Amino acid sequence: MEFQKQTIRQLSEMLQKKELTAKELTAETLKNIKEKEKDIDAFLTICEEEALQEAKKVDQAFDTYASPLKGIPMALKDNMVTKDIRTTCASKILENFIPPYDGTMAARLKERGAVLTGKLNLDEFAMGSRTEYSAMKPTKNPYDLTRTPGGSSGGSAAAVASGEIPYALGSDTGGSIRQPASYCGVVGLKPTYVRVSRYGLVAFASSLDQIGPITRSVEDAALVLNEIAGYDPMDSTSVNCSVPDYTKALTGDIKGLKVALPKEYFGEELHPGVKEEILKAVGYLEKLGAKVEEVSLPHTKYGIAAYYIIAPAEASSNLARYDGVRYGVRAKEYKDLIDLYEASRSEGFGEEVKRRIMLGTFALSSGYYDAYYLKAQKVRTLIKEDFAKVFADYDVIVGPTAPATAGKLFQAAKDPMEDYLLDVYTVPANMAGVPGISVPIGFSENMPVGLQIFGRHFDEETVLKTAFAVEQEVCFDTTKGARR
Amino acid sequence: MRYETVIGLEVHVELATASKIFCGCSTKFGQEINTQCCPICLGMPGVLPKLNKKVVDYALKAALALNCKINQETKFDRKNYFYPDLPKAYQISQYDKPIGEHGYIDITVDGEVRRIGITRIHMEEDAGKLLHESDPTSSLIDLNRTGVPLIEIVSEPDLRSPEEAREYLMQLRNILKYIDVSDVKMEEGSLRCDANISLRPYGQETFGTKTELKNLNSFKWIAKGIEHEMARQKLLLDSGEKVTQETRRFDVNTQKTVLMRSKEEAHDYRYFPDPDLVTVEISDDWIKEAKASMPELPEKKKIRFMETYQLPEYDAGIITGEKELAQFFEDTAKEFRGEAKVISNWVMGDLMRLLNSENKEISDCAVTAKDMASMLNLIEDGTISGKIAKTVFEEMFLTGKEPKTIIAEKGLVQISDVSELEKIIDEVIGKDIKSVRDFQNGNKKALGFFMGQVMRQSGGKANPKVVNELLAKKLNAFEIKE
Amino acid sequence: MKVTMETVEHTAKLARLKFTEEEKTAFLGAMNDVLNYAELLNELDTENIEPTSHPVPLKNALREDKVWDYTLSREDVLKNAPAEESGGFKVPKIIES
Repeated sequence: MEFQKQTIRQLSEMLQKKELTAKELTAETLKNIKEKEKDIDAFLTICEEEALQEAKKVDQAFDTYASPLKGIPMALKDNMVTKDIRTTCASKILENFIPPYDGTMAARLKERGAVLTGKLNLDEFAMGSRTEYSAMKPTKNPYDLTRTPGGSSGGSAAAVASGEIPYALGSDTGGSIRQPASYCGVVGLKPTYVRVSRYGLVAFASSLDQIGPITRSVEDAALVLNEIAGYDPMDSTSVNCSVPDYTKALTGDIKGLKVALPKEYFGEELHPGVKEEILKAVGYLEKLGAKVEEVSLPHTKYGIAAYYIIAPAEASSNLARYDGVRYGVRAKEYKDLIDLYEASRSEGFGEEVKRRIMLGTFALSSGYYDAYYLKAQKVRTLIKEDFAKVFADYDVIVGPTAPATAGKLFQAAKDPMEDYLLDVYTVPANMAGVPGISVPIGFSENMPVGLQIFGRHFDEETVLKTAFAVEQEVCFDTTKGARR
Repeated sequence: MRYETVIGLEVHVELATASKIFCGCSTKFGQEINTQCCPICLGMPGVLPKLNKKVVDYALKAALALNCKINQETKFDRKNYFYPDLPKAYQISQYDKPIGEHGYIDITVDGEVRRIGITRIHMEEDAGKLLHESDPTSSLIDLNRTGVPLIEIVSEPDLRSPEEAREYLMQLRNILKYIDVSDVKMEEGSLRCDANISLRPYGQETFGTKTELKNLNSFKWIAKGIEHEMARQKLLLDSGEKVTQETRRFDVNTQKTVLMRSKEEAHDYRYFPDPDLVTVEISDDWIKEAKASMPELPEKKKIRFMETYQLPEYDAGIITGEKELAQFFEDTAKEFRGEAKVISNWVMGDLMRLLNSENKEISDCAVTAKDMASMLNLIEDGTISGKIAKTVFEEMFLTGKEPKTIIAEKGLVQISDVSELEKIIDEVIGKDIKSVRDFQNGNKKALGFFMGQVMRQSGGKANPKVVNELLAKKLNAFEIKE
Repeated sequence: MKVTMETVEHTAKLARLKFTEEEKTAFLGAMNDVLNYAELLNELDTENIEPTSHPVPLKNALREDKVWDYTLSREDVLKNAPAEESGGFKVPKIIES
């Protein structure tokens, strides 16, 4: 049995029917991970012993767990804190950090009997879109090992696409779940801001960061969201509102659904091959009875400019705590306290992280705050209003996840700004806090293409419903990446 | 040249909550190093703050007590700077929407009432502590105090002398103690004070260049520290030099202010709204609730004491200066049949003397208000003399016994019985005919002499009023047999 | 230009980072690229626009004043410390106090 092709739903049924134990599944999964890792490099830490232990525990008390995730292996992006398991954020400065606590995701999944197999690669502190800015190693795209899996949740997307694990959690600050999901031909959901608790997610840009699932089917995304969404008293920004059963939304019936197609998402930057696939998918929506109309999100083009002020500003403050005093790596040599700080931080952070810290520090500094940070926060209001206006008349907004498919590894632009512009379609959802999903719909030059669907705040149901309908229509084989 | 001093104070006060401002660790003072920390106050990767409601309750109460306008939409901001006692490398504080603004308190200096403006009061988290006693090349960090809730109270530059600064701080401390939001102990660091000081020639409108004087952390050194800084600035100005804007610290050992950092090295705190926390909306009901829980404040109480108890302003000021003392006074007055001034005399006299000599607070005094009143009533009805009462009171203070018990045990009841007193008087007079003659010849001093003799004979228990009458009668009637 | 070499140096100081001359030049370029791009924002009149600091605004997330049991043992507090002594985190001597 090739477990690596099974969805959560399928594995859950097998476990339920006792055709398989959690331990057997976990052992097989670990074996498979080790095999695949030779090519993929998605994992930063594999918790073999802990996983087998956990699986055994779940088997022993199988019926006491209510969740469909019980006994099923998974992995977390390595910016989610796990007690007693190294949490590095793919940074040298945290390479030896063993948290004394579990973040909310680790704790919740443990409670539900999910089996943590390891921690997944990312761009250092989730800053990047290629997983090349990992201080540990680059991860490869399962569809083409010479290509990037995208980022920053590249480890998560590659691990799921390659069949190493049935699902993973990623985090999305400007597209970091959706873009790698799109590049790797899997489903990536960024829920509404604060739908899923951020407690235990190592902060990059607090007002934009959001955790979500990366899976091989829309149904699995709904299943995982069911388990991870909801109020958390530890997160002040968490919303105390009920969590529906998202799987109930997956009816396939989207007759009468009002779909908005923003013209700003089909500009010059959009690769023709991608565009073709997207329009094909839009055609399916129409065929299924949805009403598709072109709309405008006029402030889309300002999204990147505002994002690359706001995110670095918050990051510069969030990353100030890594100073070599209480945890993490301290420089070997230093003259005095200030030198200890400067040496530890300069040696511990990679170039991209330092670039963003510099940018953010500058944007907040005396004399520049109003011109940059405050201005960007105001533009953010305009972007948010764009979405609100469209959502007054439409149920979902649909477009490409990324302007192109996965590029070659180590072919990042010399000028970082050029790379930043590739986040143009994903950043606005973070700015506005709306949910967004990337669902694989086809290929362009043999690399997967993702369709992006946005919904209203806290309306993941409609987003999933739409994605499900598309998924059923396009019949994209998400196990293709595992066939190598 | 003569200069006017301009002083503004920044006071940090630790709020007396059970848990920290953004996590549930205990705020208890004096615990073992690094035993009151959790991932949140340690600023570990991934943690988030969650605001303690009581901090807002207390800050709100303080803002109202200091006559501030309440910002009903208040928020938290990050103040970014690196220091080893600050685990996140930013302090969660309040920048442009502090909980209270535009308040004041009235202080009395040399009989004159001055209104001192309060610019703002805001909530923030405390930092940890640096310990220096280990080896000379390193410092140790204790993060127990990290995250203890603070309010910072910033005054307008309305203070004009070290005495005013001291009085303002005393008054501020009293108010905060009255409303029960802090134990305001300078020696434990729950009340800390920095001062902004500048000089300007009399008559000049604009302010001179100020320096910030840090760590004036005892009432003893506040006036001293400011005086030294004033003298230093005067010397500079007199010699034609300029005061530079800088941060200084008062060194208790050398009795000098020393430079900490110049303006060029001043921090750029890069304040911005903390995205991990949400707006705090203080509803009208919340304010109403806070007002309802507010006790009578010292200034109001003082005026009421002057009116209700006919106390002189001086007495009323001292007694209402401490909440517990005022309570003690009022409880005593409820039971005491005489004039309230008698109570204030005793409280400000014997009671405060004993408290001071034993280094005790009224709250840990063994004498209850009820016993105080009953002792004063015993003086009033003539059971004991005022002189005996002093002995009785000392015993009450030491043992906590009731005055009646002490009097009975020591046989200190006043002798007012005429026949008993007459016996003593007869004996005393009979012994000194010469003085009797003096008296009868008009020397009134002799009466005092006999009085003393009777008191001595009775062991101080004779009722002086009765003795006085009897003595005069007896001496006049005494026939000297030649 | 937005940023000068001096600004890069000042910013690095604020951020507690140190760079070689070569790195400084690279950061100068990268910062200016982004800041020049951010000029785009000035096309928009935001005079009467409120800033958004939370995409989903909430109010009054408060907890009761209770001591909890997440407090760590000192061993756990110091477990990740690069240097410790007598129960405290150890750093080079600080002169200012």
